[in-house]
Amino acid sequence: MDPVLQVNQLNASYRKNKVLTDVQFQIAPGTLTGIIGPNGAGKSTLLKVLLELHPRLSGTVSFFGTTYAKAKSRIGYVPQRGTVDWDFPTNALDVVMMGLYGKIGWLRWPTRKHRELALQALNEMGMADYAERQISQLSGGQQQRVFLARALVQDADLYFLDEPLAGVDAATERAIMNTLKLLKEQGKTVLVVHHDLQTVADYFDHVFMLNRTVVAHGPTADVFHQNNIYRTYGGTIRWMGEKSG
Amino acid sequence: MILGLSHNAQWVLASTLILGMAAGVVGCLAYWKRQSLMSDALSHAALPGVIIGFVLAGSKNMPVMILGAAVSALLGAMMIQWIRTSSRVKEDAAMGMVLSVFFGLGIMLLTWVNRMPGGNQSGLDSFIFGQAASMVREDVYTMAITALLILAVSLIGYKEWKLYLFDPAFAKGVGLSRATMNVIYIVLLVVVIVIGIQAVGVILMAALLIMPSVSARYWTHSFGWMMVLSAVFGGVSGLAGTWISTMGQGWPTGPFIVIAAAALFVLSLSFGMRKGLLVIALQHRAQRKKLSGTAMSSSAVQRGGWG
Repeated sequence: MDPVLQVNQLNASYRKNKVLTDVQFQIAPGTLTGIIGPNGAGKSTLLKVLLELHPRLSGTVSFFGTTYAKAKSRIGYVPQRGTVDWDFPTNALDVVMMGLYGKIGWLRWPTRKHRELALQALNEMGMADYAERQISQLSGGQQQRVFLARALVQDADLYFLDEPLAGVDAATERAIMNTLKLLKEQGKTVLVVHHDLQTVADYFDHVFMLNRTVVAHGPTADVFHQNNIYRTYGGTIRWMGEKSG
Repeated sequence: MILGLSHNAQWVLASTLILGMAAGVVGCLAYWKRQSLMSDALSHAALPGVIIGFVLAGSKNMPVMILGAAVSALLGAMMIQWIRTSSRVKEDAAMGMVLSVFFGLGIMLLTWVNRMPGGNQSGLDSFIFGQAASMVREDVYTMAITALLILAVSLIGYKEWKLYLFDPAFAKGVGLSRATMNVIYIVLLVVVIVIGIQAVGVILMAALLIMPSVSARYWTHSFGWMMVLSAVFGGVSGLAGTWISTMGQGWPTGPFIVIAAAALFVLSLSFGMRKGLLVIALQHRAQRKKLSGTAMSSSAVQRGGWG
């Protein structure tokens, strides 16, 4: 099958520091991939470069065999929760509705149909009761679920999530992982920036290990082993002894 | 319309009402862009352009002076942007620098122009504190029509503004260009400032942008209502301030508009339904009452248990 995402010789810098060097990989459809790597490895930058939110120095990126601009409507993105101002005066339903703006059309008002789609997505995330709640009054986990619901209404084929499980409660973590697995079963492709090595093997069928360049990438069972983890994180990791014990 | 005022004065009142509404709505955008201070920097930056426009036109030619104001405010905006991205100086410091340097330059030019023959009758001084009464019919029409256009652009694109202000990164993913929105935003901000400076003045124009939106924040949790309320507060401030300034000969308009806006702010701060001081005090009192009630009953239980 053709890859949904093909990246060749990608280089990018952040301010003056080179963050990504010769990044090259492809993602097969229907996979659920965890992107892991130490702080400053360039995980978020990689996502931003792929989604053209950050410039690349060189290299090519193709989605579904075409450019980002042409494939944009098939791509859903869940940014880190901290990137927006949660004090903004709006409610959960309104935020989810933003995922439909492209479909609603610019300068046009949403209809009842759009509202129902948004409510349905909130419901899937177990947030139906909070539709009218101010976003500032939601907990971190609830905010994250609203973000995911917003991505769900986009009805994309490829999803990028930037640390969706960072700082959320256990119920939210379960709800998010169930949803991602469901997406995968529907044949969609999901990439998740992840930070908890303990859960990698349970959550993802593929793992992408990044430290400024690709250290390892493949089915979790094949590549997620101590040697690669050590190569990705260097000597900074302490949990391995505990886990194997 | 208010009785006892000349036909011209009624027109001026109507136009400052619309100007206030436009400023209120654009101020709302600036508020959520977290750039309230930007409006202050830009209005000060408009002054040298006004004076240079006057010198180039050789007389008080409003279109040329407004164009001059727009060019110099945009230049100020670009300079802030440039300082921020290409030096270690942060945005707030960049704004402070641009604001004072442009204003200083404007005052310097003004002094020079005032010494030229006929210069001191130019009425250019009124651009500093605003003189709505000095506006002629054409100025009033220009200002009112432009302000209506600004209102229309802000309200038609309500949904887009919301997305752009809340989450610009996501906006790009659904096809809303951040760069385009940035340009429209800066243009709206500059245009509302330059059409407002004749009535309100470069020093105080920012207040008409900032205060209505912060006041509106005290009354609502909805971005849409915040825009509507901000427009109402801005409009009322413009109207009231101009009206008061017509009561005395040569009274500047800007200060009265700002005082009116400030009065509305104090009202909102005190009595606003959302985190207004009175509401917060009442909530605290209710909670204390509830707490002392439960504390009393629990201590009674404890005494019972211990005794």
